[in-house]
Formats: sequence, structure tokens, C-alpha cells
Amino acid sequence: MENEAGALSRVAGLFSARGYNIESLTVAPTEDPSLSRMTVVTSGSEEIIEQITKQLNKLIDVVKLVNLSEDKHIEREMALIKVKAVGEAREEYKRLADIFNGRIIDVTEASYTIELTDSGEKIVEFIAAIKADQIIEIVRSGVSGIARGEKSLHS
Amino acid sequence: MELTGAEILVRSLKEEGVTHLFGYPGGAVLPIYDALYQQEDLKHILVRHEQAATHAADGYARSTGKAGVALVTSGPGATNAVTGIATAFMDSIPMIVITGQVPTNMIGNDAFQEVDSIGITRPCVKHNFLVKDVADLAKTIKKAFYIATTGRPGPVVIDLPKDVTVNKAEFNYPKEVSLRSYNPVVEGHIGQIKRAVTMMLSAKRPIFYTGGGVVLGRGAAELTALAQQLNYPVTNTLMGLGAYPATDKQFLGMLGMHGTYEANMTMHHCDVLIAIGARFDDRVTGNIEKFCPHAKIIHVDIDPSSISKNVKVDVPIVGSVTNVLQEMLAILKEGNKKPDEQALSEWWQQITEWRGVNCLKYDTESDKVKPQQVVEALYRETNGDAYVTSDVGQHQMWAAQYYKFDKPYRWINSGGLGTMGFGLPAAMGVQFAHPDATVACVTGEGSIQMCIQELSTCLQYGLPIKIIALNNRYLGMVRQWQEFFYDGRYAMSYMDALPDFVKLAESYGHVGMRIDNPADVDGAMEEAMKLKDRLVFMDFVTDQEENVYPMIPAGAGLNEMILV
Ligand SMILES: Cc1cc2nc3c(=O)[nH]c(=O)nc-3n(C[C@H](O)[C@H](O)[C@H](O)COP(=O)(O)OP(=O)(O)OC[C@H]3O[C@@H](n4cnc5c(N)ncnc54)[C@H](O)[C@@H]3O)c2cc1C
Ligand SMILES: Cc1ncc(C[n+]2csc(CCOP(=O)(O)OP(=O)(O)O)c2C)c(N)n1
Ligand SMILES: [Mg+2]
Repeated sequence: MENEAGALSRVAGLFSARGYNIESLTVAPTEDPSLSRMTVVTSGSEEIIEQITKQLNKLIDVVKLVNLSEDKHIEREMALIKVKAVGEAREEYKRLADIFNGRIIDVTEASYTIELTDSGEKIVEFIAAIKADQIIEIVRSGVSGIARGEKSLHS
Repeated sequence: MELTGAEILVRSLKEEGVTHLFGYPGGAVLPIYDALYQQEDLKHILVRHEQAATHAADGYARSTGKAGVALVTSGPGATNAVTGIATAFMDSIPMIVITGQVPTNMIGNDAFQEVDSIGITRPCVKHNFLVKDVADLAKTIKKAFYIATTGRPGPVVIDLPKDVTVNKAEFNYPKEVSLRSYNPVVEGHIGQIKRAVTMMLSAKRPIFYTGGGVVLGRGAAELTALAQQLNYPVTNTLMGLGAYPATDKQFLGMLGMHGTYEANMTMHHCDVLIAIGARFDDRVTGNIEKFCPHAKIIHVDIDPSSISKNVKVDVPIVGSVTNVLQEMLAILKEGNKKPDEQALSEWWQQITEWRGVNCLKYDTESDKVKPQQVVEALYRETNGDAYVTSDVGQHQMWAAQYYKFDKPYRWINSGGLGTMGFGLPAAMGVQFAHPDATVACVTGEGSIQMCIQELSTCLQYGLPIKIIALNNRYLGMVRQWQEFFYDGRYAMSYMDALPDFVKLAESYGHVGMRIDNPADVDGAMEEAMKLKDRLVFMDFVTDQEENVYPMIPAGAGLNEMILV
């Protein structure tokens, strides 16, 4: 969409005004600085998704819209997970991070901060593998998506 | 040469062919008013409330097809305009609203008369712009008009900080505009159009259901040609009235909640529904589960989001009505195919039977003035050729049912938002656009009081509007629902302490008349219409408890009407 002030609020406003779900939303400028790219994760019946698509296309600031889930695509989300890490847990979380291809990026005597970049699903699995009372805090970036292969928003 | 932003605005509006600007001044727009003062081509109309500025611009647009323009100051000026913007938005009316704004360096500081006009209007505009640099102004105005008037039309707000109107820039009005993100589809998909024609011709019980899109898209002539060539029945939505000549024998009247028996029954029993420029509003469909149970549906609309929104359709066609209807006519001509005459004749027989119910009959012997009688008198006295605006309520429905509109652009009312207070200011806009035409405003004693202050504007500009007030001393539409669905508990629907409208009109410098005897209705109407250069406020004291029939109650299907 146009990289203009207000474009984000038009999209967010549309979702709330029409009662559509937003599970996550990410947005940042692209290789063309006049454009920014937004990935919205939403849910609904076929009819609702059709309306969401049409309504988004109607926004003057939206240049192109693709429903990634209609085709092969890649989703990535980054999570930063801060856990209590004392005693045996230190080894255990290190192993868990390795299994999930996560990285420990900050360490104190009592905590780890683990960075994990993967699909939203994998991140949920990773979080589920940690005991709830061991989690200090979590920050998730929301999902960014891109089509597989040579296909792009330009084609 | 460099011009100030205010001068650029004025010059740009002239470039767009704007003749009238409806507005109200204030601090943030003083530089614009100063620029207006120094020229003569662009006529500024001073209303008495910003809501009226937007409704007048809207009435101008609805009666001409051109964008109406309103100018208001920041803060309260902008918030007062919101009702009018939303009204235009719901009915897809092309309109430009220029709102003043505090200087750019003060935005966000809770400055005097600052509101976030962009934020407040975002959900009820087609698009809006905050202009931060005077160098972008001309280009932005060009875009605004382009967006407002193409595709599915709608209001566009341009928010202008005061410093932008004072700063200078070179003035070059762009000849063309293109937006990479906005390219409305005009031409319908030819394969789909062919499928639609085949389906239409296979019909045994067809009906055209046509709406405001035919008026907005200037497709009335094509629709009439197509429907008459096929000899299929036609019904219009409230917004579509005039898109097909109401006096034609193929016309069944309005459909929907207060539609005719024949229109609703024909809809319910049809096998092919041809929807053109209509959006399957809930006032039209009744209970969606029971809507047109036997029908295959063709839907032509310029806005893809109108299609299959409420009702799933079989043949969707995205495109403009004119383009698609012309294609359909061409295909019919080429193929030389005819509808099923036998089936059609049986269908018309059935429709004639439904017509025989005479659902719009009312008591013509009453000793009280019947509102229907007043609208019929207005119709006769104006030869069916007046511009009729209305407010919202029972009177609006009676105007729609009893005034037979043969031409588009003549019926001007708020359908989607249902805004009381719309009628009189809209009539002002219409009268400015058509100075020699008869403009009548059918209203209620409740609605007229919502923008009554505009009687003053009408005097200032000598607008000879005929106000037809159907005064039932009730918020009649509310009272009707309370009678039907709340056991007659008339909570707050009685209009107490009404002013003497005759004296009120006179004190504003107009002519007032009160009519409380049915025998006087025709004579009074004739007399009022003779006063060609005066505004006449006709206060018809009508039967208080008259109801609008037919009526489809909530949850019912189109075949489950309450008749008289
Ligand atoms: C008190 C009250 C009672 C009412 N009762 C009724 C009733 O009984 N019956 C009734 O019909 N309505 C009634 N209404 C009005 C109702 O609320 C809706 O406003 C109305 O039904 C909508 O009309 P429409 O479908 O023609 O759509 P509009 O709002 O006129 O929309 C036009 C459609 O045409 C499309 N369009 C625009 N331009 C073009 C183009 N160039 N080419 C193709 N398509 C185009 C648009 O995208 C849109 O989908 C009532 C309103 C009030 C206030
Ligand atoms: C601004 C606004 N407020 C409230 C309503 C709800 N409403 C719809 S019709 C109606 C009654 C209108 O009364 P009146 O103008 O006297 O017309 P009548 O129905 O009596 O003909 C009301 C209050 C509305 N449509 N618009
Ligand atoms: Mg009333």
C-alpha cells in the first residue's frame, strides 16, 4: 500500500468497523520507499474472507492485495522469549532452543532471552514446551508472509 | 505566478467546473473566505448550520450528477458536517467537503478548534486527504474530484491547515490524474454478460430489481430500453425511483419494507432476478433466509463488495450500469433471441392479479386530511415533474409511494442513513442547481425542526421552495412501530409544544399556509404553486394515526406483508 501517514489506520479502522478479526498485523516499507507492505493474519468463513478482500481492495491506499493462503507461501514470525533459567533449567532451555533452531541472545544468572524465528505455529509449540510459570515475558512480531517460488506481489 | 493556497483552492474549484460552494466561515478558513471575496465566478452560499452545507451540496449533486462542494471551518465546523458526510456516504453521492484545520505546526497540540477531522471522517468517506504542503494542493484537489465522481461515487474530505492556505506555490492545475491504487472497473466481463443474457432469456418469471446505481451511473435510458424490449416487470428501490418511468405499465412500484404488494410478490415468486445497481439492503430483502427462494440471481454493480455481500448471486458482473446494459442490448440484437412469450404472458397475468389487491388504496372519504391525498395533489399540481426532496419518516414513504417519478434525479432523499433534517437543505441545493424548476420538500413536523434555521438561508437567496409538511403531531414512523410492536406505548413519539408553522414561516419572511380540511387540499396546492418566487410553508394538519402500508415486519419474507 501507499507508504503514507494514515494508511495503517484505514486498514485497522476497516477491521474494527466491520467487526473482522485481526490476529496479527505487520507493516514496514519495501524496496520501493513509496510503498509499504502489510501482512494481516485474519480468520473467518469463506464469505467473510471474500468481503475482507473486497473491502481492503476498495481502500484507495491499497495498491495490491494477495490472499497468500490460497497458494504455497512462507510465513515467518519472530518471538523474543524471556524465561527463568536457574539450575537444571539452564541446560534444558538451551536444548529446547537448539531443537527449535532458536538462539539465546541474552543471558543473566537467572534468565535467558531466546530468539526464535519461524511460523506462528512453531512459535506456539515452543512456548507450549515451556512451563507457564517459567516465562517472564514474551514479545511476538506478528507474521510476515511471502509467496513461494518466483511469484511476487508485482507479478 | 505563485498563488496562495486559498487562491489555488478557488482556481482549482473553477477548473473542476464548480459553480456553487455551500459553507460557513470561521477562524481556520478566513484566508479562503478572503480569496472568495476577491472573485465572482464561484458563488458562496452562506447556510445557517454546517450540516445544512453538506446536505445542500448533496442535494446539488443528487439533482445534477455533478459533485457538490461544501466548505466548513475546523473543529465544530467539521464535526457539524459529519452527519451530512455520512448521509452522502451511505447513498454513494459524489461530494467534496473542505474542512479548515489548525496550522500544521499546531496539529496534535489540542489547539483552539482542533479536531482530528481525518480520523473522525475516515469511516464515512470514500477517501480523505490532509494537505500538509501547498505544493500538493492542486494535485490533491484533482485527485479528490476524480475519486468522488468515478467508480462507486462518494464523499471526499480535504483537510486544509490554515498555513497551507496562506503559503504560496506555483499554480498548475493537472490535466489528468492517475492513481496506481485506484482503477474502477467500468467494462463488465463479456463472458459473464453473455451468461446473464442467456439466463435472462431462459426465465419464465423474471423481474428487474434496480436501484440507486442506475441513477448514479446515468443508465436510466438503457434500463428502460432493455426492460421494454424484453417486456419484463421492473421494480425500483427507494434510491432507484425515477430510474424507470413510474407511469409505465411494466413498473410495479417500489419494493421492500414499504414496497407494493405486486413488487414484493413478484420478487418472491420470480425465477430469475436481474439486480442492477442495487445493494440488497435489509430494508429490501426482509428476512434473508426467505428472500427470493426460487430465483437465480444476476447482479450488476460497479463495486465488487456490493456483490454477494448479503445474498449469494449466480452471475456476478462488475461494471458500470451503462456499459453492461449496452452490452446486453447489443447481444440481444445480435442473437435475435426472444424471451418465452407463453411463460411471460402467464407471469403478467399473475402480476395483474397481485395488482388487483390495490395495496395503496386509502380512505378518500375521510373528514381528515390524508397524507396520501396531499402527495397525490402535489403530483397532479406539478405534473409529476417537480424535484421532490424529503426528510425521514412516514412522509418519506408516502412521497415515495404516491409521487410517480418518471425521470432520474428528481427524487432526493436520505435512504441509507435516514437522516432527519436532510430535506430542506437538500432542496436548497437542488433549487440552486435548477433555479427555474419547482422544488418541493415533503417533510414532517419532527424532521423539519432539525434544520428549520435554513428558512433564513432561503430568504437570503430567494429560494422559492415549496415545503409540504405532513404534520401528524407525531414522530409518526416511531409511533407506527410502537403501535405495531410495543402495544401502543407511545414513548416520546408525541411532538408536543409545536410552533405555529404559519407564523414561523412568516417571521422568516416567507408565506405560510395551514390546511386542515381535505376539501381545501387541491386549492391550497394550486395557490402555493402559483407563488412562483416565494417560499411557501404548507402546514397540512393530517390524520394523526395514519400508518404506512404495506409493511413487512422484522423477520418476515417479502410475501408476508401487512396490508391495510
Ligand atoms: C424510513 C426508511 C424506510 C425505508 N424503506 C425502504 C423500502 O421500503 N424499500 C427500499 O427499497 N428502501 C427503503 N429504504 C432505503 C434503504 O435503507 C436503502 O437506502 C435502499 O434500499 C438502498 O437502495 P439501493 O439498493 O438502490 O442502493 P444504493 O444505496 O442506491 O446503492 C447503489 C448501488 O449501486 C452501485 N452503483 C453505483 N454506481 C454504479 C454504476 N455506475 N454502475 C453500477 N453500479 C453502480 C453501488 O455500488 C451500490 O451497490 C428506507 C429508508 C428509510 C430511511
Ligand atoms: C437524525 C435522526 N434522528 C432520529 C431518527 C429516527 N426516526 C426515524 S423516522 C422518525 C420520525 C420522524 O418524524 P416526522 O419528521 O414528524 O415524520 P413522520 O414519520 O411523522 O411523517 C424518527 C425519530 C432519524 N431517522 N434521524
Ligand atoms: Mg410527524
